[in-house]
Order: sequence, then C-alpha cells, then structure tokens
Amino acid sequence: MSEKNSYEVGFGSDAVKNPQRIVFITKKTSAKVKGAQPRQLMSYPHVVLREIIAFEIFTVALVVVALFWDAPLEQLANPLLTPNPAKAPWYFLGLQELLHYLPPVVAGVLIPTLVVVGLVVIPYFDVNIKGEPLWASNRRRRLAAFMGGVAVLLIVFGIHEAFDVVVPTVAFAALALAAYFAPPQGGRLMRYLRAQPLSWWIMSWFIAVSLTLTLVGTFFRGPGWSLVWSWR
Amino acid sequence: MAYPSREQWLERLRNTRVWKSVFRRGPARTNRTRSLAIFGNLFLHVVPAKVREKSLRVRATYYLGSFAFFLFIVLTVTGILLMLYYHPAALEAYSDMKDLRFVVSNGVLLRNLHRLAAQTMVLVVFWHMYHVFYRGGYRPPREFNWVVGVVLLLLTLFLSYTGYLLPWDQLAFWAITVGTNIIGYVPLVGHRTRFLLLGGNIIGENALLRFYVLHCVILPLLAGLFIAVHFWRIQKDGGLSVGESEERKEPLSVEATQVEQETVTVGESDERKEQL
Ligand code: HEM
Repeated sequence: MSEKNSYEVGFGSDAVKNPQRIVFITKKTSAKVKGAQPRQLMSYPHVVLREIIAFEIFTVALVVVALFWDAPLEQLANPLLTPNPAKAPWYFLGLQELLHYLPPVVAGVLIPTLVVVGLVVIPYFDVNIKGEPLWASNRRRRLAAFMGGVAVLLIVFGIHEAFDVVVPTVAFAALALAAYFAPPQGGRLMRYLRAQPLSWWIMSWFIAVSLTLTLVGTFFRGPGWSLVWSWR
Repeated sequence: MAYPSREQWLERLRNTRVWKSVFRRGPARTNRTRSLAIFGNLFLHVVPAKVREKSLRVRATYYLGSFAFFLFIVLTVTGILLMLYYHPAALEAYSDMKDLRFVVSNGVLLRNLHRLAAQTMVLVVFWHMYHVFYRGGYRPPREFNWVVGVVLLLLTLFLSYTGYLLPWDQLAFWAITVGTNIIGYVPLVGHRTRFLLLGGNIIGENALLRFYVLHCVILPLLAGLFIAVHFWRIQKDGGLSVGESEERKEPLSVEATQVEQETVTVGESDERKEQL
C-alpha cells in the first residue's frame, strides 16, 4: 500500500510562459476515498435521454388535455359590475376562505408571512433534521405541549367558526393521540404514525388544512360567501 | 456501392470537423467523452456528469421537479407566441382574446395550452415541494437549495397571478381586485405598495401594463435565473439525496492506490486522450 513515490509531480502553472498549461500527473501513490458508493450512471446519455422522453410524453399529454379543456373568457371587465362572489384564482382561495373568518391583517398578511417564514426555516431546525419520532421520548411532556398547541388552534379558529380549519385539526389531533396510546405492536398505520417526527405532523396538518380550505373555497362558496353545493 | 447505415452516417457526422467545433467533442463513446458532453455544454453543465442510479428511479422524484421545468419551457414558448397577438391596453386586450378564439389559427389551442400549463405548474411545484419534504431532501447540505425552492414557489405564484389579469375580462378584473385589496392591509407600507403595483388606486390601464411587464419580462427572467441556480446547486450539493440510510450506511475508508501514469493537456483538443 505505502509504495514509495517513484515520480515527482510537475506543474506548468505559469500561464504566460506556458499558455497551454500542461500538467503532468505522474506515477505516485495517492489517497483514494473508498466507501460503499452506490452504483452511478453517466448523465449523458442516461439522464438526458430520460428527461427528453419524459418531456415528450408530458407535452403530448398536455396538448391532448388542452384540446378538450377550454380556457374561460367572460364578459369584458367592468369595474361597476361586481360579480357575487368575486373569487381569486383557485390557489389563493384557501387564503380568501381564511379572510372570510379572520381580520384581514391576520388572514391576508400575518398568516401568509408566517407560512413563508416557516417554509424557509424548515431545513435549519436541528430537531427536524434528526427526525426523532415525536412520541419516542419525553412522552408526557410532549403530549402536554402538543395538546396545548392543538387547544390554542381550536380556540382561535373555533371562536371564528372556521369549521374547515377545525375539522382537519381535530382529525389530526385524534390521529396523534391514537398513535400515542396505541400498543407497541399496533397495526401498520399506528406503527407508521409513531415513527413520525414533529415536523411530519406539522407539515401534514398544514397540507390537510390548506387542501380543505381551498376545496371549500372553490366548490362550496356562493353569493355573499355563503355555503352552497356548487352542483345545485 | 453500399450506402452507409444510419448509425454509420451519424458516426461520420460526429467525426466531422464542424460537428467537433460546435460540440467540442467527437462521438460520446467513452465515459470521458460522455462527461465532456455534459460539462462541455453551457446548457448541460449545470447538471452533474454522473448520477446515482437510485436517484433516477421514478419513485425518487416522480420527475416532479422536471415536470415543473418542462411546464416552464412550455409556458415560455406558448407565452411568446401569445405575445405576438396581445396588446396590453384595456380594450384591445379583451378583443385580442376574442381574436385568439375566432380569428387566429389554433389561437384557442395556444391559449388553452398556456392557461392549462400555468395552472398545472402551480400544482406541480407544490407537489414537488411536499415530495422533497417527505423524502428529507432539504437536509444538509441541501438547506439552501430548499430556500431557493421557496423563492421559486413564490415566483411561480406571482407569475400565475400576474398572468390572470391579462385577458381583461370580468374573471380577471375581480380576481385581481380581491387579491390586491389584501396588499392594502399590510401595516405602514400597504397602500404605497398597492399604488406602486397598480400604478394608481384602482385597477385600470396602468395596472394592466405593469402586470404585463411583470408577467412577460421581470418575473420570467427571475424564475429562469433561480431555476438555473436551483439545478446548479443540486450538482454542487452532491446530486439528489437518496435517503440518509443509503448515504451513511457504510463508513468511508481512505486507501492509497497506484495512479496510472498519465499526462493531461488541459485546454487543447481532448481527442488525444480518447484511448484511456
Ligand atoms: C419552478 C419551480 C421548481 C423547479 C423547476 C424545480 C426543479 C427541480 C428539479 C428538476 C429537481 C431534481 C429532482 C426532482 O425532480 O425532485 C429539484 C430538486 C429539489 N428541489 Fe426543486 N424545483 C422547483 C421548486 C422547488 C420548491 C418550491 C422547493 C421547496 C421549497 C424545491 C426544493 C428542491 C430541493 C431541496 C431539491 C433537492 C432534492 C433532493 O436532493 O432530494 N424546489 N428541483
């Protein structure tokens, strides 16, 4: 292994004298990191081809859908004629739904800011990086803190009768409680839930709430933002 | 005289002086020339020359990031074509939409494609973010690329939103009214920001022009820039994550090995080293 170096390394590093910068790497012993490197493939052609094929299939699918689904066009814009309800694009309907319940500064400014800040800091939390299951240790203290958080959320949104926040929140709290009390052998679902860290619970709750809000805002809101069945 | 097969013909083409002058290489036969095909190309050099086989499996990414990028390309192409027919002025904008439907050949398809791709992109980018989250793709050293991703998410939303006003129909006008009213609630700077964005206190000609410039110039440029950074960071952060267990299972060991004697000439034609 430790064979003696039989050659020196020569460097042509003077770019002015030697514009081609010839570098001689000669026979010598060098360190090589050996680990269990997973199998690798050359990007050209493996990645490039796959991406091209995926692009083609995807584009064809997109064109097919676009042939049958027409972009809407309503009457000319008229500032004097307010439609009821006036709806934002679907991806903001969750926010508009919140706006219906909470004061505008909270729903329109505070909450979106918190969401963006929350997303940005995700990778900078150590607890989150280690990914320790929520119910693995310190169980009683954590349960108290967790349920405290849930209670605050339920009170805040309950006061404002935001049922489409309350329902998914209650559902998630129930799942977390079930995972806490389930016997160690438990079913597959319980074993899966028990292995999840706090970040998983928060993100999944967030997705569930925003989906519910968006769906209700899109399909179940009519004139005056009242609840309606959109297909009636 | 036998005609050359397609393969032979391509082979010959790739060995021509012109081909080599354009692509900086001959046929990509060896791993070296395959690497060159990646990093000798301005557009491909942001991706790694080698990737882990695991990261190519569909389940690793569902190609969601790629789909987001494809949608961006489709949107750029259809968007530029739409720009050929569109005037960012209140009455013309709407009649241009009518023209696209009744006069321009394939105008309906063009508009449908652009609109569909825009909506799908919002969906796909969210999905990509959630998928990366559940796979732990944000863990060090990839923290910053996650942050770049959040910027991309916001840019995607703004792009979609600014485009929403351009048809200048009732749907567009009132959706933007609802949204921009919220900006007014931001403490201290809200009203001024809204005024700056709309070029006035209400949505009118000025707002349309400003949204047009944002939608067609400023935001796409920013998005393109951040997408490039995003891809480049994937390479610099060591390729896609394939899950902690696989990356850390076996401890690394350092071993001294004999390196073959070789002479590398940097900056000259690389063909000389083909035999290696
Ligand atoms: C225009 C929007 C976006 C485009 C075009 C895009 C594109 C891509 C592509 C092509 C990949 C490679 C693998 C894959 O498909 O997953 C990737 C990975 C990644 N993306 Fe995105 N992305 C976008 C938005 C986002 C967002 C919103 C986030 C998160 C907030 C994000 C975070 C990441 C991270 C952390 C990785 C590395 C994942 C890993 O190493 O496992 N990206 N992105």
